[in-house]
Amino acid sequence: MSARGARIERRKARAAWLFLAPALGLIGLFFVLPVAAGLLLSLTDFDIYAIGAPDTARFVGLKNYAATLTSSLFWQALRNTLYFVLVGGPLSVVVSLGAALLLHARAVRLRSLFRTIYFAPVVTTLVAVAIVWRYLYHPRYGFLNHALGWFGLGPIDWLGDPMWAMPGIILLAVWKNFGYNMLIFVAGLGSIPEELYEAASIDGASAWQRFRNVTLPGLAPVFLFVGVTTMIGYFQLFAEPYVMTQGGPLRSTTSVVLLMYEEGFRWWRMGIASTMAVLLLVITLAGALLQLGLRRGERA
Amino acid sequence: MNRRLAVFLLHAALVIGAAITLAPLAWMIGASLMKTGEANTIPPPFWPARPTLVHYIELFTRLDLARHFLASALITTVATVVSVAVNGLAGYAFAKLPFTGRDRLFGGLMLSLVVPAQVGMLPLFLLLRELGFVNTYVGVMIPYFASIFGMFLVRQYALGVPDDLLDAARVDGASETRIFLTVVLPILKPILVTLATFTFLSAWNDFMWPLIVLSDSARYTLPVALANLVGEHVQDTELMMAGAVLTVIPALLVFLVFQRSYVRGILAGSVKG
Repeated sequence: MSARGARIERRKARAAWLFLAPALGLIGLFFVLPVAAGLLLSLTDFDIYAIGAPDTARFVGLKNYAATLTSSLFWQALRNTLYFVLVGGPLSVVVSLGAALLLHARAVRLRSLFRTIYFAPVVTTLVAVAIVWRYLYHPRYGFLNHALGWFGLGPIDWLGDPMWAMPGIILLAVWKNFGYNMLIFVAGLGSIPEELYEAASIDGASAWQRFRNVTLPGLAPVFLFVGVTTMIGYFQLFAEPYVMTQGGPLRSTTSVVLLMYEEGFRWWRMGIASTMAVLLLVITLAGALLQLGLRRGERA
Repeated sequence: MNRRLAVFLLHAALVIGAAITLAPLAWMIGASLMKTGEANTIPPPFWPARPTLVHYIELFTRLDLARHFLASALITTVATVVSVAVNGLAGYAFAKLPFTGRDRLFGGLMLSLVVPAQVGMLPLFLLLRELGFVNTYVGVMIPYFASIFGMFLVRQYALGVPDDLLDAARVDGASETRIFLTVVLPILKPILVTLATFTFLSAWNDFMWPLIVLSDSARYTLPVALANLVGEHVQDTELMMAGAVLTVIPALLVFLVFQRSYVRGILAGSVKG
């Protein structure tokens, strides 16, 4: 390289660091550092006294982990969260795929209007629509029970019955979120080559066989992306139970993040709360790796 | 199956889906216009017999919701402007300004996207407390300023900026800052609009972080104020629905205006995973 070329390369590198400085500074100070501190905090007995005088917090090793993993309330919160992730997640993905298949059909009129309508709940404020649904779920005056009555069903005490409260939250989440993955599926469907469908038709494949053998394999990478991102998001369930049920009835909708919030910011037991956050990270990572592994296993 | 019947069934399914999707939002608007107590009658009405704005007036007079609306607007606007500047610069640098270790640094940032924000939330709160930012709007805004997803979005787009164009400007003696401002910015404008829309919507709709940072109820953002209000006014269905409408409308309007940009962002984020 000429001397002039080397000078320009140096100049570019200098500019790069200058341009990156604000972003990296902010991320280092307000994301990387707190995450690292969160790992350390989970090894201390940091509590309400330590907030006034941080040097009173002591290193307690894995005591918080032992306490959390033997707490029946934590296990209940974890079970509730897994219920939400494992039932609500797949249900959301199926509804998204169904809506995407309808929108992708060639004969559809007013495609962009329907797409906008289906997507609208995604951009609404979660707290506001959670409050709306809280009223829709009212056992006596709620519109949902009224509508179920048309079909001879119900009434259901949606948010007052421990058996129905989590399904109620899942329904809200599916309604609120399906539009997001729907858009990703629509793009995925558009990228499957038309010739594959034509070849399948010539071979006499039925609509179901074409779906099973062309559409689903063609969407495999999309499923992986949608599966992992939806799972990460659903593990962070918080605002819905906070607003609709306060974690009840009988703790049936207390999620891990809601419990963490109560421990950390209501009782100021920050050591225990950090432990829960770290456990959530570990579980999320395990879930993501599991999905990646399953996908790789399928392909092999 | 008869083709025309199939087309009819397809549209019937689409219309039913649209009705179910819109019903909660339509009921929210309808109930917000009902007179007090009207929503709690049997059978529950979907639309008011005689629409009234009395609950909106009460929100702005007795309950001073304008204050929370302004708080949300201020936080969201500043967060959006700063985010576009910070992540725009960084995304461009990651795409077009090579330096040793750049791709490893970027890969590390992408990996950290799987870390739930909650892991850092408690120490971040303690840090902001030391810095005196707890119970301030700056404290609420800070997490929105730099976004790894935002940098990714801009980087992917900036990869398409032709190198010849940048080199020509360098030959002409322009500084890197000047090149960014005069050559790169106009090209990046569409993706910066996307980034702005994303930041606006996530800051406007966010709940957990402002709930943690703001302790003084007079400073609450709109979603936090709304969650607080439902505690005291749980029986006032119509009033709460008016509050919900006011919270949701700005987000929906921004989405409708910038829909194309927003959708581009979702798809860009999903291409590589």
